[in-house]
Amino acid sequence: MVSVGAAVKEPGSTRKNKTGSWRTFKPILDKEKCIECENCIMFCPEGCINKDYDIDYDYCKGCGICEEECPVKAIKMERE
Amino acid sequence: MEISDKEFFAPGHRACAGCGATIGVRLALKVLGENTVAISATGCLEVISTPYPETAWEIPWMHVAFENAAAVASGVEAALKSQGKTDTTVVVFGGDGGTADIGLQALSGAMERGHNLIYICYDNEAYMNTGIQRSGATPYGASTTTSPHGKESFGEDKPKKNMPMIMAAHGVPYVATASISYPEDFMKKVKKAAEVEGPAYIHLQQPCTTGWGYNPAKTIELGRLAVETGSWILYEIEEGEFKVTYRPIQRKAVNEYLNAQKRFKHLTDLEKERIQSHVDAICIELKI
Amino acid sequence: MVLKVMSANQAIAEAVKLANPNVIPVYPITPQTTISEYLAKFVADGDIKAEYIRVESEHSAISACLGASGTGVRVFTATSSQGLALMHEIIFAAAGLRAPIVMADANRALSAPLSIWNDQQDSISERDSGWMQIYAENGQEALDSILISYRVSEDKEVLLPSMVCIDGFILTHTVEPVDVPGKEDVDKFLPLYKPDHAYLDPKRPMSIGTFTDPNYYMEARHDMEVALEGAKKVITKANSEFAEIFGRKYDFVEKYRSDDADIILVAMGSICSSIKDVVDELRDKGEKIGLVRVRVFRPFPTDEIYEAIKGASKIGVLDKNVSFSIGGVLHNEIKAKMDVDAYGFIVGLGGRDIKPEHIKEIIEKTKNPTTQSQWIGLNKEDI
Repeated sequence: MVSVGAAVKEPGSTRKNKTGSWRTFKPILDKEKCIECENCIMFCPEGCINKDYDIDYDYCKGCGICEEECPVKAIKMERE
Repeated sequence: MEISDKEFFAPGHRACAGCGATIGVRLALKVLGENTVAISATGCLEVISTPYPETAWEIPWMHVAFENAAAVASGVEAALKSQGKTDTTVVVFGGDGGTADIGLQALSGAMERGHNLIYICYDNEAYMNTGIQRSGATPYGASTTTSPHGKESFGEDKPKKNMPMIMAAHGVPYVATASISYPEDFMKKVKKAAEVEGPAYIHLQQPCTTGWGYNPAKTIELGRLAVETGSWILYEIEEGEFKVTYRPIQRKAVNEYLNAQKRFKHLTDLEKERIQSHVDAICIELKI
Repeated sequence: MVLKVMSANQAIAEAVKLANPNVIPVYPITPQTTISEYLAKFVADGDIKAEYIRVESEHSAISACLGASGTGVRVFTATSSQGLALMHEIIFAAAGLRAPIVMADANRALSAPLSIWNDQQDSISERDSGWMQIYAENGQEALDSILISYRVSEDKEVLLPSMVCIDGFILTHTVEPVDVPGKEDVDKFLPLYKPDHAYLDPKRPMSIGTFTDPNYYMEARHDMEVALEGAKKVITKANSEFAEIFGRKYDFVEKYRSDDADIILVAMGSICSSIKDVVDELRDKGEKIGLVRVRVFRPFPTDEIYEAIKGASKIGVLDKNVSFSIGGVLHNEIKAKMDVDAYGFIVGLGGRDIKPEHIKEIIEKTKNPTTQSQWIGLNKEDI
C-alpha cells in the first residue's frame, strides 16, 4: 500500500529509523564540567542533544562534532 | 532574537555523520518557526530527509525535480497568497548544483518576479549527492571526480561562480553569505530574510566531510577556517548596501584551510600561492 | 443561449475564466500565445481572481503549476510543441504526484526542422505520462472539455492531470460561433477543489515528492494505472451531467454515419470536420462510408472504439504523427488493442494541408490496401 503520490503524512517519521547503530564512538557528556554554552546543541547534525544536555543515543551517529566544539572539554568520544 | 527550542528537522535522517547541511537546515528552521513551508531541489538534503515512507520534515515540504525548486516555490507562494496565507513563510533549500548550475534559470526568474520567499543555497561546493562531481561553485584547485587532479591537471581550473553577486544584480532586496560555523550571524541573516518583503537569498557555505575529505568531527572547524583565512567572506547586501558582517581579528594563511582537506592535498606550493594572492586581493579590498 | 464568434484559444480562455483557478503560470508559444494573452487581460481586469505568474520558461510554468497544485489550489497552463517537450520531465512528475492540473495544448509539430504549423506529434509523445488526453474538433468542444477535465481530474478516484488538445492554427486562429455557459451553471457542474491527498498547510504538515526505493515505486505506478482506467467511469458520469446542464453530449468517441458503414475512417481533432464533408459527399453517391472520431485518447477507450468500428470490413486510420519505423500511433494502438483490419495513413505533418482529394485517396487505399501503413500527400517521386 503506497499513499497517493507517495506523500508522507507523518511529519518527523524518520524517528523510526534509529541511526545510533551507525556509530563507532559514543560521546559522553560530563554535566559537572558543562557551562551550558549550547554549542553542542547548535552543532549536532541530528539535533539529538536536548536542552538538558542529554544525548539521545538512539540517533547519535558518533560524528564527534560535539566533542570538538565543546569549549571546556566536557564531552569525550569513547570507543563503543 | 527568538529562536525555537523545537526541532523542525527530525533525527533518523540518512545524512552522513558530521553533515553540515542538516546543521544549516536545523538552525534556519529554528528561526523561521512552524508557519513555514519548505521546498527542496533534488540533492543531498532532499534524499536523506525523505525516504518513503519516512520524512524528517516537521513542516510542510515539497520536492519535484533538480532544477525547478525556485519555480515550484513560485507556484507555492502564489497559491498561499491566493489563499490569504500571506504570513506563511516560503523557504527554498537548493544545493550549489541545483542553484548555480541547473537551477539558475528558475532561480533567476523567481527573483526577477519578486516572489516573497527565502532561497537558501546550501553550498558544499560540488554535486555531493551523486558522488562529488564538480559544480559551478567548486573552488579553484579542488579535486572532484569530474575535475580530478592528474598528470595533466591540478583539478578545478575555474573560480567559484559568484552567486550572491548575481542575485544582487537582480535587485533582490536582501542577499547574504553565511557559514554554519557562525550560527548567530547565519540566524540573524535568516531573520532579516524572513522580514524582508520580496525575495531574499542566502548563500550558506557548508563543509562536507565526505566530499572535502576530513574527519567528520571537524565540520565546524573547517567552516571556521574558511572564514578566518578569508577564503569565505561573510557579508550582506541590504537594498544594494554592501556590508561585511564578520572580520577575523587576524587573518590566517590560506594554507591552514587548504591543508586540512584531501581535495586540496595535491596542490603544489605555486598553486597554493596563487590561491593566497587571489584571496589577498579580495580581502585587502574589503579590509579583511 | 447566445453564440459569440471566437477562436478556440479565446474559447479556452473563457472556460478557464469560468473554472476560476487560483494560480495561472503561463509562458507564450505560437500558436497558444493568445490564450496566455486573453488570460492576462482577464486577470488585469479582475474578471479572474488569480495569481498570474509570468514564468521564464515552460519548464517553470508546469513546475509552478505543480507547486501551486501541491499547495491545494486549482491551476491552469497552456503550451505547444517545444514548450510541451521542455515540460516533459515535469509532465511525468505531475502525473506521479497526482496533481489535477488542466492544460491546453495547441498541437504543433516538433522541431527539427523547426515548424510552427499543426500536427499532433507533441501531445502524442506524452501519451505514456499518465495524463488524460482529449482531442477537440472545434472551439466549443475545447471550451466544454476544459470544464469536464477539471471535474474528472479533481475527482478523488482519479487525481490525474488532463490536457485538452486543439489543432494549432486550424482551431487556435480561426473563429466559429461558441456558446459560453453562465457562471451559475458551471458552478453547479464544477465543485470547488478541496484535496486531502496532498496539500501544503502548516496546520497539517506533510511531505510531497518523496523518493521511493524498489519496494514502493511499482505500486505507486500501478495505482496510476488503476486511476486512469477508473477514470472511464468518472468521465462517463461527468459527460452525462454536462449534457443535462448544458445540453451538449460528449463521449469517448463520436460516430458519424458509421453504424452501417463498410469502410470507416478513424481520426482525431479538426481533420474530422473535413472527413465528415467527404463522408456526406460519398454517402450521397451511395457509398457506405463512415467516420469514428476518437475524442478521449487517454484513457484509451478500447471498448468504445471497437464497438464503433467492428462492423466495418476495413478501417483507415489517419495519424497526424509518426513513430519512426512503427507508423502512426493511433493506428498502432488500435491494432494492438483489437482484432480489426486497419490500415494506417500518416498525414498533415508540419501543417501539410489535407484536402478532400487526400481523404478520398485514403478511402480508396483502405478499400484496396497494398501496405499496412503509408504516408499521404508527400511531394516526392518514389515512396
